[in-house]
Amino acid sequence: MNGVLAIMCRELRSYFATPLAYVFIVIFLVLSGWFTFNFGNFYNGGQASLAAFFNYHPWLYLFLVPALSMRLWAEERKTGTIELLLTLPLEVWESVAGKFFASWLFTGMALFFTFPIWITVNYLGNPDNGVILAAYLGSLLMAGGFLAIGSFISATTNNQVIAFILTVVVCFIFLLAGFQPMLSPLVGWVPQIIIDSIASLSFLTHFSSISKGVIDLRDLVYFALLISTFLYANVLTLNIKKGS
Amino acid sequence: MINCQGLTKKYGPLVAVNNLTFQVQPGEVLGFLGPNGAGKTTTMRLIAGFLTPTAGKVSVCGFDIETQATEAKRMIGYLPEGAPSYPEMTARSFLEFIADSRRIHGPNRLHRLNEVYRLLHLEHVLDQKIDTLSKGYTRRVGLAQAILHDPEVLILDEPTDGLDPNQKYEVRKLINKMSESKIIIISTHLLEEVDAVCNRAIIISDGQILADDTPKNLETRSKFYNAVSIKLSNPSQLNVVREAIDSLSEVANTEIDEHNNQLTAFPNKGKVPLEAITELGAAKGWQFSELHLESGRLDEVFRTITGGEAA
Repeated sequence: MNGVLAIMCRELRSYFATPLAYVFIVIFLVLSGWFTFNFGNFYNGGQASLAAFFNYHPWLYLFLVPALSMRLWAEERKTGTIELLLTLPLEVWESVAGKFFASWLFTGMALFFTFPIWITVNYLGNPDNGVILAAYLGSLLMAGGFLAIGSFISATTNNQVIAFILTVVVCFIFLLAGFQPMLSPLVGWVPQIIIDSIASLSFLTHFSSISKGVIDLRDLVYFALLISTFLYANVLTLNIKKGS
Repeated sequence: MINCQGLTKKYGPLVAVNNLTFQVQPGEVLGFLGPNGAGKTTTMRLIAGFLTPTAGKVSVCGFDIETQATEAKRMIGYLPEGAPSYPEMTARSFLEFIADSRRIHGPNRLHRLNEVYRLLHLEHVLDQKIDTLSKGYTRRVGLAQAILHDPEVLILDEPTDGLDPNQKYEVRKLINKMSESKIIIISTHLLEEVDAVCNRAIIISDGQILADDTPKNLETRSKFYNAVSIKLSNPSQLNVVREAIDSLSEVANTEIDEHNNQLTAFPNKGKVPLEAITELGAAKGWQFSELHLESGRLDEVFRTITGGEAA
């Protein structure tokens, strides 16, 4: 079996061997439903769409994904299993990729279990299912971005609480990079091109354009680059820690 | 063959391992000895490729651990300090994961798994989660993981720590059985273990090699080597006997253990005073209740070499 696959299967098994998987999925489903129906005006909006549902995903991920990613490496370091993992005949990137894909697949599963809301909206009206599918894709890509950031931060520490807090903060910055409160301290003394570049890093802008049903290559490239950059940083961090 | 050249590891200003150079050949069972913090674990981590040295090189079976890491790691079975494993997994799924990540396929996979279950007596605990296992079983799962791919090189960091005497005996038997064709490095602070399994011992302290020899030769460095201990039926004669023995040319000096009225005669270099003492005793008509030839004491050599206590 391929190294990535071996690591991925082990990770997934571990999720389901502890209450972690079940707690995560249940909380994710409950919260996403609660936001949709209480704040999203799902019924009163009078539209057969899942916009009310997807609008809250970035905010859900902001707290739930770091809870998932914080353990990826910090726990291995704490329990000493990292010594076992890194002395197996695997490349470091294989371990990083295996762990990342396991966590991504797992969030994909949680996302899959939201299908009753898709059935509901199809029962109530005639939504554009293409848009819904695109929004699911966007949501999954965004989760991947959060996870890659979280995995990298988890590799820098052996303290899961620190990993959690730092990941929330970094993800929050990425979410709001394109918005006034984040940019206003820079306006006036930083060249416009840099401000525009920072704004273009925003999760929200890219996610909202995909979730409107517009699958633009630029948005896909954005998430692909973001994920690979942070996973590469993850590999580098592990290698640097070996030498320090 | 393992070849360490000028191996050095620094953590900031702290030098954990300082310019170690040594080779280990197949068939050698090398015991790493040293006080806590001497650099044993760091050295093993460097050889296993978990840490990158600050300076120096390690090659395992001809593969450089840094530039040909995956090939080198394939040759190595490694039991890290404390035998870490994933507590939420069962022993079976943990060992299957190791088999997968070491790419052990086909019929050989089941054969190897069954073999290590049998060798380490894991059959009854295979479906228990590792965090419910006793310390002894956890350690054995760690050992099973290390020998699963029948490696050329075994690096075991305190393999018998936390095992009861029966389990220690079993593990040492296992190491002896595997030692013929392999390179085995174990670290330990149990000196009896060195006697039981090693044919070479390296004593390190403060990251440096202080002695590198066979356990037998190390024992000859002990002042107890070839010393003679006697007890008398009539302990009141002890001082008279001591004077007589002290004057023998083979004897360097004598000591009396007040606690159990035992007299020990230490030999002059290269001498064996046993015969002279028995002859003297027969001539003088002393009644010995105990008389024996001491072998060297590794613990005493260890203390002398590492400066833990003046011997």
